[in-house]
Amino acid sequence: MNARDRILGKLKQSLAGTTPIADDYDDALLTAPWSYPAEHRVTRLCSLLQAVHGETVLTTAAEWPARVSEALASRGIDELLISPATAHGQQFAGYLALNGLVTRLKAYDRPVEQWKDELFFSTPASLTGTLGGIAATGSLVVWPTPAEPRLMSLVPPLHIALLKASEVVDNLYQIMQTQRWAERLPTNALLISGPSKTADIQQTLAYGAHGPKELIVMVLQDA
Amino acid sequence: MSAHADTPAIPISFKRRAHDAVHDAQLRKNFRGAMDFLMAKRAAQFPDGDELERLRAFGNRVRARALSKLPDLLQRLEANLTRNGVKVHWAETVDEANAIVHQIVAAHEAKQVIKGKSMVSEEMEMNHYLEGHGVDCLESDMGEFIVQLGNEKPSHIIMPAIHLNAGQVASLFHDKLEVDYTEDVDRLIQIGRETLRRKFFEADIGVSGVNFAIAETGSLLLVENEGNGRMSTTVPPVHIAVTGIEKVVENLRDVVPLLSLLTRSATGQPITTYVNVISGPRKADELDGPQEVHLVLLDNGRSQAFADSELRQTLNCIRCGACMNHCPVYTRIGGHAYGTVYPGPIGKIVTPHMLGLEATRDLPSASSLCGACGEVCPVKIPIPAILRRLREENVRPPAAEPHHMRGQGSKYSRRERYTWKAWRTLNTSPRLYRLFGLAATRLSGLIPADIGPWTEHRSAPKPAARTLHELARDHLGED
Repeated sequence: MNARDRILGKLKQSLAGTTPIADDYDDALLTAPWSYPAEHRVTRLCSLLQAVHGETVLTTAAEWPARVSEALASRGIDELLISPATAHGQQFAGYLALNGLVTRLKAYDRPVEQWKDELFFSTPASLTGTLGGIAATGSLVVWPTPAEPRLMSLVPPLHIALLKASEVVDNLYQIMQTQRWAERLPTNALLISGPSKTADIQQTLAYGAHGPKELIVMVLQDA
Repeated sequence: MSAHADTPAIPISFKRRAHDAVHDAQLRKNFRGAMDFLMAKRAAQFPDGDELERLRAFGNRVRARALSKLPDLLQRLEANLTRNGVKVHWAETVDEANAIVHQIVAAHEAKQVIKGKSMVSEEMEMNHYLEGHGVDCLESDMGEFIVQLGNEKPSHIIMPAIHLNAGQVASLFHDKLEVDYTEDVDRLIQIGRETLRRKFFEADIGVSGVNFAIAETGSLLLVENEGNGRMSTTVPPVHIAVTGIEKVVENLRDVVPLLSLLTRSATGQPITTYVNVISGPRKADELDGPQEVHLVLLDNGRSQAFADSELRQTLNCIRCGACMNHCPVYTRIGGHAYGTVYPGPIGKIVTPHMLGLEATRDLPSASSLCGACGEVCPVKIPIPAILRRLREENVRPPAAEPHHMRGQGSKYSRRERYTWKAWRTLNTSPRLYRLFGLAATRLSGLIPADIGPWTEHRSAPKPAARTLHELARDHLGED
């Protein structure tokens, strides 16, 4: 008998003659206290993100490239990791071309092993989409894809995320159910609620521990 | 980078360490400040007492339901993880778990391991083990990194370096990392970031713990604030997750109440910066993530706790640390005094299953039974009741059946048994009791000045000249 069989054997023996407890899941308790009028959802999400040093910018589907450009310029950043395979990647590239801007666009278009050094040490900013936001906790839902891989929202010191206001929901339970997460989880699914932080030294909060030092959420109010 | 100090895991000298700790003013100050901070943060997250109580009851039911079908859920978890491309391993002991990890490390000829925070890996003393096999094992959680630099062990399960203040961390960084002395916390964290970023980059293998293992989807859920957990589980080509067999939940939706209870109880946050759900290694069309993901399921005494329906509740634990934050004993002696991986109230009820009562005999009594731990526990583990139960197991005759615990009867003393038997006889027999009263009052001069432990901190008792019964009879004018 191997370790697996011995462990399972012991556990089964301990449960002999017992009945499994029925599932009396109380979804009202996870939704009722965490429900908001539609017009308050974005406000709540933004204030919770700001409380943990996240920056939020209220903008529109047409205007966000200009806001991103301004955010980069004000930080002296002249390059951005962004996927040319996404609609927002193409929109941003179009905006740069139209306005004769020289921001260098970098694509995450090869396995990380082939450009790890550059990703880690000379990629100052990235931009990704989101699958929605959660008003209750001020969280972004990010599911990495081949176009926007896992490290894109983690390694660059500045992470800019696009969030459609219409995709901000009340709470985690709701988005899990409506987007049917249990049936279709990707290899990695994330909730991101602010820039990286730690309070490990004398309970003093410091930002930019290992992940992004800054998170800017572009809220597209008309999308 | 040095490994953890080779301190013994056996907490037998608890009393001596507790004695030293209460006399360490700096330590007391650091813990008092930290616990007050964490209690206030938690309280602010639960403004509605009714919601808190209902959510605790819900969390308790979710955990109890998972445990009520644990073997089935573990098999379902294994099947779904395997389907997702994750390799599942089982270990009854920490030695087996370490051997499994070492095998994976050796198969990849790995030299550097980077770790996200994992209490189960502390339980395994994995750093020490791998170090012994020539593998560098570096902690990447800031708190864990600090205690590893200082050759110490974590003193809290959520905030490992809580026993140190900024000045102490500053000195440590100055000595070990050869940087300029600074007490500026932002600067200290940036030093940690720069040091570790290079290590994430270089590491061959990433190790992490697991907060919830989801049977339904075959997923591992991890919460964290720093991003080191995501780094450790995403950057290196191989990810090894280690966890206890009790960490499984049935359905994905079951994590919703538990997640809310965990982050609010632990650090007083509505949610952590990152919730990281891992359901498999990198797919063919993906550009990052580990090529291999392993899960090591560790028993290490958990099946012993599982065998008894009262002790089984110990396994409800979601490792939030609220019990230690609210414990008057932990606050005064800190985490190291326990000498165990899991300190505080939860440590006192979980460690005896891992190390046996013979090595943890003093832990169940290291409590005032004030009940704070049971009151704040987000999954309603009746910690005080379990402490009393362990005290009983501690003094049951070692051979008595049924045998629930390794080390049963470690504090069993025939003399104590007879003393209590005599006490009971004396107090249940009126004639004997009266005789004793007369003897105690009339012969009080014969009571020695030194009666063992009683007089260590007290003066010897001085019985009155006459018994209370006699005085009462006089008062009522009876004969």
